[in-house]
Amino acid sequence: MKKKNDVQRENRLSRLDGAPLSIISLLISIVISAVILAVSGYNPFEAYSAIIAGAFGSLRGIAQTLTQATPLIFTGLAFTLAKKANLINLGVEGQLYMGALGAAIVGTVDLHLPMVIHLPLAILGGLILGALFGALIGFLKVKFGSNEVVAGVMLNTIATLFVSYLLNGPMLAEGSSVAQTERVVESARLPRIFQSYQLTIAIIIAVIACILVRWFINRTTLGYEIRCVGLNPKAAETAGISIGKVLILSMCISGAIAGMAGASHVLGVDRRLIDGFSSGYGFNGIAVSALAAENPVGVIFAGLVFGVLKAGAMELNRSTGIPTEFVDVIQSMVVIFVSAPLLVKGMLHIKNNYSGKKAAKVAKEA
Amino acid sequence: MNAVEMHGIVKQYPLVRALDNVNFEVEKGEIHSILGENGAGKSTLMNVLYGMTTCDEGEILIDGKKVSIKHPSQAIALGIGMVHQHFMLTPVMTVTENIIVGSEPVKGPFVDYKTASKKVAEMIEEYHFGIDANARVQTLSVGQQQRVEILKALYRGANILILDEPTAVLTPQEVEELFVVLRDLKAAGKSIIIITHKLKETQEIADRVSVLRAGVMIDSGLPVKGCSINDLALMMVGRKVDLSFTRHRDDPGDVAFEVKDLNLTIQGVPVLKDLALKVRKGQILGIAGIEGNGQTELIEVLTGLRKPDSMTLLKDGEPLSGNAARFLSAGVGHIPEDRLKRGLVTPLSIEDNIILGYHKLNKFANRGIRKAGAIHSFAEEKVEEFKVKTPNVLEKCSSLSGGNQQKVIIARVFSQDPDVLIAAQPTRGVDVGAQEFIHSRLLDLRDQGKAIILISADLDEVRRLSDRVAVIYDGRIVAESNHDEWDEMELGLLMTGGKEGGGESA
Repeated sequence: MKKKNDVQRENRLSRLDGAPLSIISLLISIVISAVILAVSGYNPFEAYSAIIAGAFGSLRGIAQTLTQATPLIFTGLAFTLAKKANLINLGVEGQLYMGALGAAIVGTVDLHLPMVIHLPLAILGGLILGALFGALIGFLKVKFGSNEVVAGVMLNTIATLFVSYLLNGPMLAEGSSVAQTERVVESARLPRIFQSYQLTIAIIIAVIACILVRWFINRTTLGYEIRCVGLNPKAAETAGISIGKVLILSMCISGAIAGMAGASHVLGVDRRLIDGFSSGYGFNGIAVSALAAENPVGVIFAGLVFGVLKAGAMELNRSTGIPTEFVDVIQSMVVIFVSAPLLVKGMLHIKNNYSGKKAAKVAKEA
Repeated sequence: MNAVEMHGIVKQYPLVRALDNVNFEVEKGEIHSILGENGAGKSTLMNVLYGMTTCDEGEILIDGKKVSIKHPSQAIALGIGMVHQHFMLTPVMTVTENIIVGSEPVKGPFVDYKTASKKVAEMIEEYHFGIDANARVQTLSVGQQQRVEILKALYRGANILILDEPTAVLTPQEVEELFVVLRDLKAAGKSIIIITHKLKETQEIADRVSVLRAGVMIDSGLPVKGCSINDLALMMVGRKVDLSFTRHRDDPGDVAFEVKDLNLTIQGVPVLKDLALKVRKGQILGIAGIEGNGQTELIEVLTGLRKPDSMTLLKDGEPLSGNAARFLSAGVGHIPEDRLKRGLVTPLSIEDNIILGYHKLNKFANRGIRKAGAIHSFAEEKVEEFKVKTPNVLEKCSSLSGGNQQKVIIARVFSQDPDVLIAAQPTRGVDVGAQEFIHSRLLDLRDQGKAIILISADLDEVRRLSDRVAVIYDGRIVAESNHDEWDEMELGLLMTGGKEGGGESA
């Protein structure tokens, strides 16, 4: 027989989801990663203080954290939005490259325009190419029944290789030995917040984008239709909602946001399109979205968490000699725990189960 | 001695107390009916007995011995068997294979099918089940499949048999056959527990009845003899309900909705064949039939969800075609047959669901931006008007009972004033109180001069509400007549294709 507070505890756990689950998962990941560090012969406390110092210890660190968080917020948001229509957009990486390409095409040409026009045009170039590339996945799914996961992964390869081809040929900067474009002209560059750091106003755009997406999902008719299609397509169909239209539009918007991630990198950080510039931002977006519990505003915080890890990784390596890849371990742990809520519940419950088994044994003996 | 005794059973869910100090006893060799509305806790009580859920407090005695049941396997070992509402059978396998699965007799590493099939055949003989032990389950009728499920429990040595809503999927004839089987089993000393909300059947088959309401045992072990249907209804619902009220109309208006030459083929199989029907203003046309005779497809065609091979559809004399959005805006309302599948987006709130399909109307949206305030107050007004029991309209539909979910759909459709209503299984799995409410709203709508097509597997419902009745069998309307032409048995025969109906068309 269970005690009342046990029952209450169980009830509370059974409803564990959203932000609390994410926070608990994050904490568990940190603890387990510490164990892995200790087993590998490193001091976990030193490691974590190095990450914290690297990410927050100086203005430079903070700027680095926010710079790293920016593309992650965009890609996390792109993944989250598609997920609202129950689409797994694994093509974020490809859309990001296409977005970067679009921004580079418009941004590297000197159009003799003032910044207020040229910069938005360059961003728009990124948004459009990203959106089209996203919509292509939706179109393939709706018209030919292809699986959006497979189509996304395949199109990633096509996009990265296509961009790589352009950078090694038609778009290669004059006299450059590296596959990259010319520099983005002054009027198309995202303004930096501090002169000497790479941090640009893209972080502000990212935060606004998250809030906008939340508004869009909750308050517009299309957002409502996206939720209906994502949660119960049959009911949406019965209500006269065109599922195909909604799926394609969702992928289109998701692709545009992913394209923004690429555009912000080209116009802000590197100030040119460099071959292979993305260190897996597209795929990290999945982790960000998972940690954010698929909440658009949660994406801001989740993006920051991963930004901290990425920014801290340098300092971690410099001061302790631990490989930077170690932050990938933490990141992977987070994804595992967030995506397996039952595992987390199970871990928090170990004691309960044990006493339950004991009770059953006693009852059998009786 | 009692076969089952349950004392002080308590089951607490996060928001509701599903069972509150429930006592329940079943004697050896009796048929005991557990009556209760949906959500009253009758399934939960039986799930506790069968080990599908554990109770928070209370004790269970089987044959006078205290036991702990934490898993169905323990229940089976104690001689408890359960037949679920949705059969758990593998259609492509034989009766024997379905019955022995999980406790197969073996010869070395192989299943000893011969011995098994012999044993199963003997059991079929013993209980007069009249099925072939080697027939594939997919070739059996629903009633026969149910007997396979019963056999499965008996094969595992069940002395206590729990049947969850056993008559929900059966025709009147099959119900009679089931009752014969149950009486035989009772004579063989088995104790049988029937979970149901059907009062008539309780009266006919049960020896004693226990009534649950909102997790509380209202009366336990009441002898059925001497209880009237109204007594039972009063106990079950907690207030007086009239389950026989009706009114018919014999003065319908013009033809509002007419279907001709409807043909539909799915993957080469003709599903609807030259189907024709029409319904007039101020008329309810009931379509009776056993599930799987083309009703689902007919509903989909009549609501624009499926394109038929051929059809002429006239609404008020004008041709109507297109997709579901087109049908909705033309004033064809739709109560889907499966509210969870097609009716609601259950993870969304009541206010989101109550406008589903009408969310683009000017009163709910302006240039693609939702009018949150208008939606909210509309939802509050309708929840009040249609008596949806909920703390507020932001509650998710998944947290509502079946009856209240159905009321959300009814509220949605009725408040948009449709000219024609396609009402499919409007009260399936809904409690008696909600059923009464929905029926009276349907009649009100009819009296306002609307045309209603009622497609239902519940014969009582069809007979009571319809002004005209059509019978669908194998994708055709095989008979159509006024509501008082056939009695229940005649309708049952028509539904199984046993008799070509005479009825003239209106």
